[in-house]
Amino acid sequence: MPIKTLIIEPGLAERHYWRDIWHYRELFHVLAWRDITVRYKQTVIGLAWAILQPLLTMVVFTVIFGKLAKLPSEGEAPYALMVFAGMLPWQFFATSLSSASQSLIGNANLISKVYFPRLIVPTAAIVVSFVDFLVSFTILLAMMLWYQFLPSWQILTLPLFVLMAALAVLGPGLWITSLNVKYRDFRYVIPFIVSMGLYVSPVGFSSSVIPEQWRLLYSVNPVVGVIDGFRWAILGDEAEFYWSGFVMSWGVIAFFLWLGIRQFRSMEKSFADLI
Amino acid sequence: MSDIAIKVEGLSKVYFVGHNISSAERYTALRDVIARNVRNLTRKTRDMLQGRPIIQGDEIEEFWALKDVSFEIKQGETVGIIGSNGAGKSTLLKILSRITEPTKGRITLQGRVASLLEVGTGFHPELTGRENIFLNGAILGMARAEIQRKFDEIVSFAEIESFLDTPVKRYSSGMYVRLAFAVAAHLEPEILIVDEVLAVGDAQFQKKCLGKMNEVAKAGRTVLFVSHQMTAIMSLCQNTILLADGRVRTIGTTENVVTEYLRSRQTFYDDLTQAPRRAGEGNVRFVGYRVKRTDLSGPAIGASKSGLIVEVDLRSSIGRIEDLLVSIGVSSNIGEFLFSCPSTISPPTTNIISGNDIFTARLEFKSAPLSPGTYRLNFYCELRGTVQDYLTDVGALDIEYACRDEGEDLLSSLRRKGVLVDYHWTI
Repeated sequence: MPIKTLIIEPGLAERHYWRDIWHYRELFHVLAWRDITVRYKQTVIGLAWAILQPLLTMVVFTVIFGKLAKLPSEGEAPYALMVFAGMLPWQFFATSLSSASQSLIGNANLISKVYFPRLIVPTAAIVVSFVDFLVSFTILLAMMLWYQFLPSWQILTLPLFVLMAALAVLGPGLWITSLNVKYRDFRYVIPFIVSMGLYVSPVGFSSSVIPEQWRLLYSVNPVVGVIDGFRWAILGDEAEFYWSGFVMSWGVIAFFLWLGIRQFRSMEKSFADLI
Repeated sequence: MSDIAIKVEGLSKVYFVGHNISSAERYTALRDVIARNVRNLTRKTRDMLQGRPIIQGDEIEEFWALKDVSFEIKQGETVGIIGSNGAGKSTLLKILSRITEPTKGRITLQGRVASLLEVGTGFHPELTGRENIFLNGAILGMARAEIQRKFDEIVSFAEIESFLDTPVKRYSSGMYVRLAFAVAAHLEPEILIVDEVLAVGDAQFQKKCLGKMNEVAKAGRTVLFVSHQMTAIMSLCQNTILLADGRVRTIGTTENVVTEYLRSRQTFYDDLTQAPRRAGEGNVRFVGYRVKRTDLSGPAIGASKSGLIVEVDLRSSIGRIEDLLVSIGVSSNIGEFLFSCPSTISPPTTNIISGNDIFTARLEFKSAPLSPGTYRLNFYCELRGTVQDYLTDVGALDIEYACRDEGEDLLSSLRRKGVLVDYHWTI
């Protein structure tokens, strides 16, 4: 077996960064597997929780926005189905954001004792939320059966929008989690973003109710693009695709990704000293 | 290919420590406070924008945890690293294991590195023993296939066969440590970095771990081993590096380096004027103390064989005093009282001290009857029934052993530490 030479020098870790991450992919799987196992071990109702939460919120939103405020749905799609199609990515976004932001602090003992590319930790946290997402997704299938709603070919594009949601959460998640190492009060930002975002994003209503002249500005919120994409994929032709907003959302996502990765990598070296 | 496994050149690491100067100033002017806060705010904002860590405090001071450290370790060598607390041992290990980056310098490592800075890193209490083996293995850098191959060996080494599918939160602490060490012991890197992990578990398991470490070293791997237990260092390592204040003090054969280390710690002085929490009237105060080890000859020193002298400096502020009672007590590291030595008994000492000056009281032990470890000292003095000064848990008294004597070796692994009585058995 050839002997591998490793050189440690200030700033050298930077150059092999992405290669290192690939090298540690097994640890990534193991950490994600650990979080998933623990998550469903510690709770009695485990799975039920992932089902109950979006289901109840969906019922409340359908009653308030659909029945009381009488907002229009996307085309002819049932209002409940439209709300749930937005609820899915939103839940994914919110849970990933909170777990990714807490991930470094939660793994403090690992970070101060073992070397591995730290980027693995918040990314693995997002994977855990993805499992919850898959569980909630089964409710959507059940609802489609209930409403006798047949999705079109567009549902095949759904994985693309799931990826978009994951990238949308990765940027802010990385940014907050690295600042959280130094300033523990950044964790208070999360519940605030999550509770406000639920109403700011088009979860309980269709984004077509936003006046045309404001629609592009509204899409600065990257979740808008994700939710619109989900509705387009799930509801098919009932939902129209708003291209300029979609492009705008991608731009914002890319910006946050750049910001998050930059912040994370510049602070990464000092995590072990600070945590 | 050279036969140097680890080559460290000019390694330095700086930490920035913030200080608050406001508490040092005699009085505070609003103008200064505002100016300082503005300066701090701009500095912190700049740091934050540039993504650098932000340091609290008004003045930033550099602290060099390591300064210009260089050494080479050959393939297959087992090298010990010793030094007092704060000498830079942990920082060196952290840099070698890539947990933190050096500020300057360069390290060249030939081969796969595994570091063991703690046993059971990443163990999750909710997961079973089996699951934790895989988790911990992956964290330490083992591939899944490798863990699978060694699984049975790990389980039998840890002696936990019947508890494999129990969550580790239900394990006894002994089982937990055994499992954790078992995983780590089956790592097969070319270079193994170990920190103080042998200081866990019961005596029997410690022996087993030492044996395993010896085996690893014999298999031709390079081992870097940090410990406070001189016995372990002496039985494992041929060569040892002594660190002091972030620099390499000495590199050489273990016997020489350990002797030098113990000699450098032979005398220990500590200032007591700033000691917090003290009781008593205060007419007589302790101002400092010294601990000396007598009879330091040769590498095989057991503190129980060598004597110990504790000297305390006192200051009287009421001039001439008579019949001062001085007492020094020793308690364990967790604060359990062990014994005290009042000056009024064994044999009773009378004294007359004149003047407002500092004077010294000296307590000599023919032999220090303590098992290895860290102890705390208590100081007490009394004048005609009135407490003058009472200080508890100040200063640390480190008792170290270094000898290859089998009896002493067992001693250092004593589970319950305490007082060693001079006894003799006839059975």
